[in-house]
Amino acid sequence: MLEFYNVFWFLIIGLVFVLVNLWLSSLLRPSDPYDVKLTPYECGEESQGTGFVRFNPRFYVIGLIFLLFDIETVFMFPWAVVLKGAGPFVLIEMVIFLAILVVGLVYAWGKRDLEWIKLPTRW
Amino acid sequence: MLVEWVAWLLRTVAEAVFPFLASWTWIPWYTIGLIHVAAAVLGVISVIAMFLIWLERKVSAHIQDRLGPMRVGGWHGWAQSIADGIKLLLKEDIIPAMADKPVFKLAPMIIFAASFMSFVVLPFSRTLIVSDLNIGILYVYGISTITVIGIIAAGWASNNKWSLYGAMRSAAQLVSYEVPVGFSLLAGVLMAGSLSTVEITLTQAGGIWHWGIWRCFPFSFIAALLLYVGALAETNRTPFDIPEAESELVAGYHTEYSGFRFALFFLAEYTNMFITSALVVILFLGGFTGPIPVSFVPDFIAGPFWFVSKTLFLVFVMMWIRWTLPRLRVDQLMSTCWKYLIPLSLVNLGAIGLWVSLRG
Repeated sequence: MLEFYNVFWFLIIGLVFVLVNLWLSSLLRPSDPYDVKLTPYECGEESQGTGFVRFNPRFYVIGLIFLLFDIETVFMFPWAVVLKGAGPFVLIEMVIFLAILVVGLVYAWGKRDLEWIKLPTRW
Repeated sequence: MLVEWVAWLLRTVAEAVFPFLASWTWIPWYTIGLIHVAAAVLGVISVIAMFLIWLERKVSAHIQDRLGPMRVGGWHGWAQSIADGIKLLLKEDIIPAMADKPVFKLAPMIIFAASFMSFVVLPFSRTLIVSDLNIGILYVYGISTITVIGIIAAGWASNNKWSLYGAMRSAAQLVSYEVPVGFSLLAGVLMAGSLSTVEITLTQAGGIWHWGIWRCFPFSFIAALLLYVGALAETNRTPFDIPEAESELVAGYHTEYSGFRFALFFLAEYTNMFITSALVVILFLGGFTGPIPVSFVPDFIAGPFWFVSKTLFLVFVMMWIRWTLPRLRVDQLMSTCWKYLIPLSLVNLGAIGLWVSLRG
């Protein structure tokens, strides 16, 4: 556990470094805010509406597929450590596990969810 | 190991000067040593990042037949980054009126802290490592993903359309390329049979022909290449710099940041370049071990030398790529990852798994 005590202190020191520097900077820097300066930057035009706009639902699909693969990767880390010397049976088990997920990837691919511009599905 | 030594040294010196400190237990001394080590690592990171920024400007200049910064500090403008750092510290801190202020302030801190924390497991030599976590590679993989949260927070909180689009693209790109990077890391872990960065490096000791890149040739070579390509995407470098494509998105998710908050993004970006290159070095290029098995200098000098020079070479190649290749379109970016890199890395991982389980 001592190792993770180090990690904890690294987090704290990292945040303290940022805060100290921001404080130092606040002593030195000018501060002259006015309305026009505080508007969002839109290449010199007057800003239109809010910045919280809608965006492409593709991002959600990508996020969902990523979640599957990321969880899979997490499962594979302990497997990768012990595979050496564990014999081919352990490998076959992981191949089956992967095959199930690959079916998901193939499905998403076939549904054309990996295209950036959604096309009509083939089936 | 390193922290214990620093703590012991501090304790010995302090107790010699102030005898009443002898009543202190080991834990406060350990923490004090740790804080000193963390401060030293911060110094190292700042120097590395400033050096890399200067190097990037020089490399880009020379690739384009220019000279780059030449004036500040004398020899080839070596003090340019220091001057820029001071300038950024003195710049006004503008937070847009419509921004989500707490999140806006938190985002650069998250990104910087994530890249700083990755340094815990980078082994500069057998003992010159802050903490040899037994899950080192998994730790770096997890911590570096936190950057995505910082980027989305920055883009969303800015209340700027450029920022939001940049952040969404960046998040999609980062999570996508996370998958082939994870599989390539797994390939390295499979060959070494450990997640500890020091142990992985030690399995590759004994000369250039023992390095991971040759171990299951050509599969390990492909894995190293995939990891490097993924690293380019993870650090938002060209040809994968869609998130901050300056010709279409101004500056992506950090459009609204100025002054020191912007400097934090910049610092984290260059630190991340170093960390991702270091990962390739640890898993596939022998880490801190030298290319020849005989060593003429002690480990604590040769180790950092080899580790840093290999990593800097990979960072240099990143810069070389940036100033050579054009940027990918966003749909090309996604199809490169999902249709080529992920199937390739999966098959490659299977091949390495088969090799390791049959030949040991």
